[in-house]
Amino acid sequence: MNKTDLWTVVTIVGMAILTVITRCFFFLSSNPWAMPAWLQRGLHYAPIAAMAAVIVPEMVTTQGHLISTWQDARLFAVAAGLACFYWKRSMFGTIIVGMSVYLPLHVGLGW
Amino acid sequence: MTAIYKHPEFRIGARDMMALAPGMAAWGLMTGVAMIKSGMSVVEVLLMGLLVFAGSSQLAALPLIVAGAPMWVVLATTLCVNLRFMVFSVHLRAYVMHQGFWRRLASGYFTTDLTYVQFTKRFPHPANDAIGKRAEEAYLAGNSALGWLNWMTAGLLGIALANAIPVSWGLGFAGILALMGIMSSLATTRLRALAAVVAGSVAVVTYALPLKLNIMVAIVLAVAVCLLLEKPMLAAHAVKAKNPTQEP
Repeated sequence: MNKTDLWTVVTIVGMAILTVITRCFFFLSSNPWAMPAWLQRGLHYAPIAAMAAVIVPEMVTTQGHLISTWQDARLFAVAAGLACFYWKRSMFGTIIVGMSVYLPLHVGLGW
Repeated sequence: MTAIYKHPEFRIGARDMMALAPGMAAWGLMTGVAMIKSGMSVVEVLLMGLLVFAGSSQLAALPLIVAGAPMWVVLATTLCVNLRFMVFSVHLRAYVMHQGFWRRLASGYFTTDLTYVQFTKRFPHPANDAIGKRAEEAYLAGNSALGWLNWMTAGLLGIALANAIPVSWGLGFAGILALMGIMSSLATTRLRALAAVVAGSVAVVTYALPLKLNIMVAIVLAVAVCLLLEKPMLAAHAVKAKNPTQEP
C-alpha cells in the first residue's frame, strides 16, 4: 500500500494532536490549581521511573517474553554502558561504549 | 528583552542534549527506516515523521496502520503510549503557567522524555522571579531545539536511506543506551535508584498488558512505593516541616 490514503493522513494528524494534548494536558487550562504536597514530592520520582519503565523491557525481553539466555548482545552492552557511566560520568561515552560492545556481538555473532 | 537564543541557558540546554545526540540520532534514523519499511506511502511517512514527534507512539502505531486497524484503535494506542507525558505535564505546570496559551502548547509539544528529564534535573524547583523564569525558558528552548533538529535530521536520513540500512543491525538500541545514560544520572538518592528498580521490574512483569499500559502502571507503582518509604524519614523531620503533609 504505497498510495497515500486520506484516512491514514487523518489518523496521523490525529496522532499529532494527541501528542500535543497529552504533553500539555495539565496546563491546557489556566484555572488555578494547588498541587497536593504528596503529589509534588512523588513527582520527584517520576522522571527516573519513566526512564526505567521505558528501557528495561527493551533490554531483557524478546517478543514479550523475558530472555532465557545470557547470549544476548543487549545485556553486555548495558553492562559496558553502565560501567562507563559510573567510571566516566559521560553520557556520550555510555552510548559509544555500549554500541561498540553491542554491534560486534549482535551483527557478528548474532547474539 | 534580548532574543531567547542569546541567553546563556539556551546554550547550556543545547549542550546537555548534545551529549545524548548520537543515541537519539540512531534511534531517529531507525524510526525513519521502520516507517518506510512498514509500507506506508512516502507522503504518509513524511507527515508522521514531521508532525507526530513521538518516537515510541510512532513505532507502536505502524503495525496497526499497516494492518488497516480502525482509527480509534490507532489513536487509543497513541494515547496510552503517551500517558506518561500527562504525568510530566503535572510536573511542568508550575514552570510554564506564566506563559500564554499558545506558547504553553509549544512548550509542551516540544518537550520529549529527554527534555523533560534534563529540564527538571537542571531546575528542580520552579523559579519565582522573572529572571529565573527566563532562564528556564531559555534552557527548555535550547534543549528541545537541538533535540528536534537532531531527531528530524536523523529521521529524514533514515527515510532517504531506508533500503540501505538493515533493521537487523539493531542500531536503534543506541536510543535505549541514551535513555539509560540519563536514567543513571538521575539516580542521585537511594530512593530514586529504588524507583528505577521498581519501575523497571514492574514494566517487565506487566509487559503483557495491552497498549503499552505497563509503562504507566510501572511509573505509578514506583512513585507510590517511594512515597510510602519516604514517610518514616519525613516523620523524623516533622518538627521542621511548616505544613502537615497530606497523604493519599
